[in-house]
Amino acid sequence: MEDFEPVIVAFCCHYCAYTAADMAGSLRLCYPPNVKIIRVPCSGKVDTIHLMQAIKGGADGVYVAGCLEGDCHFKSGNAKAARRVVYAKRLLNDVGIEPERIEMIMMSAGMGERFAATAEEFTAKIRGMGPNPVKLMRATAIRDPHNVSPAHKESAAV
Amino acid sequence: MITAERKPIQEIMNLVSPYKNLLLVGCNECVTVCSAGGRKEVALLSSALQVAFMKSGRIVHIQEMTLERQCDPEYIEQLVPHIDSVDAVLSLACGCGVQEIARRFKEKMVFPGVNTKFMGASERPGVWAERCQGCGDCLLGVTGGICPIARCSKRLQNGPCGGSSKGKCEIGPDVDCAWQLIWDRLKALGLQERYETLLPAKNWRNGRGGGPRKIVREDLM
Repeated sequence: MEDFEPVIVAFCCHYCAYTAADMAGSLRLCYPPNVKIIRVPCSGKVDTIHLMQAIKGGADGVYVAGCLEGDCHFKSGNAKAARRVVYAKRLLNDVGIEPERIEMIMMSAGMGERFAATAEEFTAKIRGMGPNPVKLMRATAIRDPHNVSPAHKESAAV
Repeated sequence: MITAERKPIQEIMNLVSPYKNLLLVGCNECVTVCSAGGRKEVALLSSALQVAFMKSGRIVHIQEMTLERQCDPEYIEQLVPHIDSVDAVLSLACGCGVQEIARRFKEKMVFPGVNTKFMGASERPGVWAERCQGCGDCLLGVTGGICPIARCSKRLQNGPCGGSSKGKCEIGPDVDCAWQLIWDRLKALGLQERYETLLPAKNWRNGRGGGPRKIVREDLM
């Protein structure tokens, strides 16, 4: 557990958080390499299914980083994303996974420092929570494939 | 459309927990429009169930499919190549779809993943409201296009009752009084005199009161 390094998936809006990540780079700010960025044209493009698939695929934490309230390039994509994050949290709660593994974060394109700080804080929080229980089950299925059908092995290996 | 709502995950898990291979089937019609059982909801429920089962130490294989319609036998046939490889079917269609699958595949257990609610319309994104009860004898031509059977809490044909206050029904402040809506609509149409016409007692045998209904069109047989 002590050497646990979480895998974090960050869906970053092209117009704010992704640019903020660039800004963090330009400012030579360090943030944990655990954060895997997926650039999206707007945080409103992120659907609940993407968040759930990330958790199912073994991500320990997922966050959606969109524009500040009222600043969405497409008017209301960030508000929609925030509502989907709430829905995904409820789903996670229903299936017995900590809802805090999914979060919505808002920032502007100029907030390079905030991007780096957020990545640091979120990674620390997930590190404290421990691995996604789904990931452990996947690993077990790969190590001990008895009674696991070929289709299961395949899905566990993905 | 026929509206539906996903059952709680725990209830679905209790239903399907004895099975290892599931076929999760959505429907491209009404339940897609009301975001309860379309392709996206199938994928979402599949992920949620797999996460839940993995959390409890089990791997359940879920095949996902979404049919054009689950209430028509020709589309149900598309399940034939997949049905033998699964232990049970979980359907996200309305009750009609679940029953069609059960009728076609007598040897497989079929479970509903949604609660079918009512025939309704979309008021705004994310909100659906009841509009029709399928009474079998439509009154909308008399009541200005607003149904007192579906929208009045008491199904009054000659309303409103004493529970109507400031345009709302006594059962809740969010429920419009259907007869207030009917009056406002008739007034806007200049047809107030219609309100004076008493509607006779309704023959409920045209609706569910007459038992399960059937439509037979010999010209289409």
